[in-house]
Amino acid sequence: MTSGYSAWSLLRGAVGGHRHWPPAWPAVEPKSRYDVIVVGGGGHGLATAYYLAKNHGLRNVAVVERGWIGGGNTGRNTTIVRSNYLYPESARLYDFSLKLYEGLGKDLDFNIMLSQRGLLMLAHSRHDLDAMSRWANAMRMNGIEVNLLDRAAVANLVPALDLSPRARLPVIGGFLQPRGGTARHDAVAWGYARAAAALGVDIIQNCEVRAFLKDGARVTGVETSRGRIQAVRVGIAAAGHSSVLAGLAGFRLPVTSYALQALVTEPIKPALDTVVISPGTGAYISQSDKGGMVIGAMLDLFPSYAQRGSFAVLQAILASTLEMFPSFSRLKMLRHWAGIVDVVHDSSPIIGPTPVPGLYINCGWGTGGFKAIPVGGWTLAHVLATGENHPLAEAFQLERFVTGRLVDEAAASGIAH
Amino acid sequence: MLRIRCIHCGPRDENEFVCGGTSHLTRPPLGASDGEWAEYLFFRDNPKGLHLERWRHAQGCGAWFNLARHTVTHEILAVYPITERPPAIVERTPPSAEGSR
Repeated sequence: MTSGYSAWSLLRGAVGGHRHWPPAWPAVEPKSRYDVIVVGGGGHGLATAYYLAKNHGLRNVAVVERGWIGGGNTGRNTTIVRSNYLYPESARLYDFSLKLYEGLGKDLDFNIMLSQRGLLMLAHSRHDLDAMSRWANAMRMNGIEVNLLDRAAVANLVPALDLSPRARLPVIGGFLQPRGGTARHDAVAWGYARAAAALGVDIIQNCEVRAFLKDGARVTGVETSRGRIQAVRVGIAAAGHSSVLAGLAGFRLPVTSYALQALVTEPIKPALDTVVISPGTGAYISQSDKGGMVIGAMLDLFPSYAQRGSFAVLQAILASTLEMFPSFSRLKMLRHWAGIVDVVHDSSPIIGPTPVPGLYINCGWGTGGFKAIPVGGWTLAHVLATGENHPLAEAFQLERFVTGRLVDEAAASGIAH
Repeated sequence: MLRIRCIHCGPRDENEFVCGGTSHLTRPPLGASDGEWAEYLFFRDNPKGLHLERWRHAQGCGAWFNLARHTVTHEILAVYPITERPPAIVERTPPSAEGSR
């Protein structure tokens, strides 16, 4: 089905007018029965299916997606990858994800355009800097490289930043995670889908789950808009719609869905070669490979499934971005969008079994799901295949909301919420 | 930008308000189990559809009040005082989890 992607295949395509490329994966009708069904064809769901096949040898696997693959949050993020978390459990989880990203292009035979251009967190006050020193030291203790920067070093790294004495948002320092950066979000979805399909996974789009089939308490499949599909185990990877699916299965989650918005400007020549995050204002910015300035916002802080952002938040985020980068004030906005994110109290994920036997979930990534796609898929695949939690996911179980053993990364996720 | 009708000040812009989350949650007795506390503190219906929620006119009169709002269309179906139950019209409207997409 799939041909290898290489310089040679590109050259061959150039000679033949690029007419030889086969579809990246086949369009299939759902079978009546699978070993595992993954609900949700975003990055996490597709990665889950890929690792089920690759790591655990399960080939009779389907991904069912209500819309089209990568059409939800996987296509609505700001493409940032990083592992600058505070607690050891989180550092292990997110750095494993970043390491998988570092080898992912080769693993999937798909150029995910990973660009480890460095991720800079800005300190606007002495308090910010003190907190960042603690944060950076925690990262070092967890074996993740990070450099504390003074004001001069920040100025050297990001000349476009307003560091004049009259700056509305003074910058007194920050820290840099050199391995942080960006990756092409659509390529991550397509790469996982193509690689999973090559291993035998069925990718079924326009297939909405309307109910869960049950035998007693146990889930035995899904009722979809394209018919009834049986499965031994079912995994949910549906981000902002996790609560809707949990409701269909008969349980609740500690999740609230919010809109998280972002925008991109018209493309310009290279002007910014790091990812810059200002936790104090909730703004973050990077320049895409095409040249557009990709600007992210904080949450719209009221529950929403609307996939569109509020003007009030857009206005606030642009105001603080332009205070930091006055030279960007003449750029025209090209597109503006929002994704629905699944926020939990401690801003840490949930990866493991649900109260319903046979049903497993990967959710709660909130505003930071994209960077976690590889590890989210890896760990959900592990529990779906073996019935045992992956060691990396042990701390991130639903029970922590009952025991009180939260992993409170609310401060470390880079935006205020 | 939502226009929210404060019970004292009338229609004002969204950014004068803060949302305080789901309304009508009842604090469990002190002897409640860990599971009951978890339900109260963390677990939510998080409906795709009608949501009863608390708002505060933080940049205005400071009052807390309740909204009945649709989480997809953002349509506000009712505004009612913080201590009152939702109006009958809202009670009869089922949360439309499968509503507009």
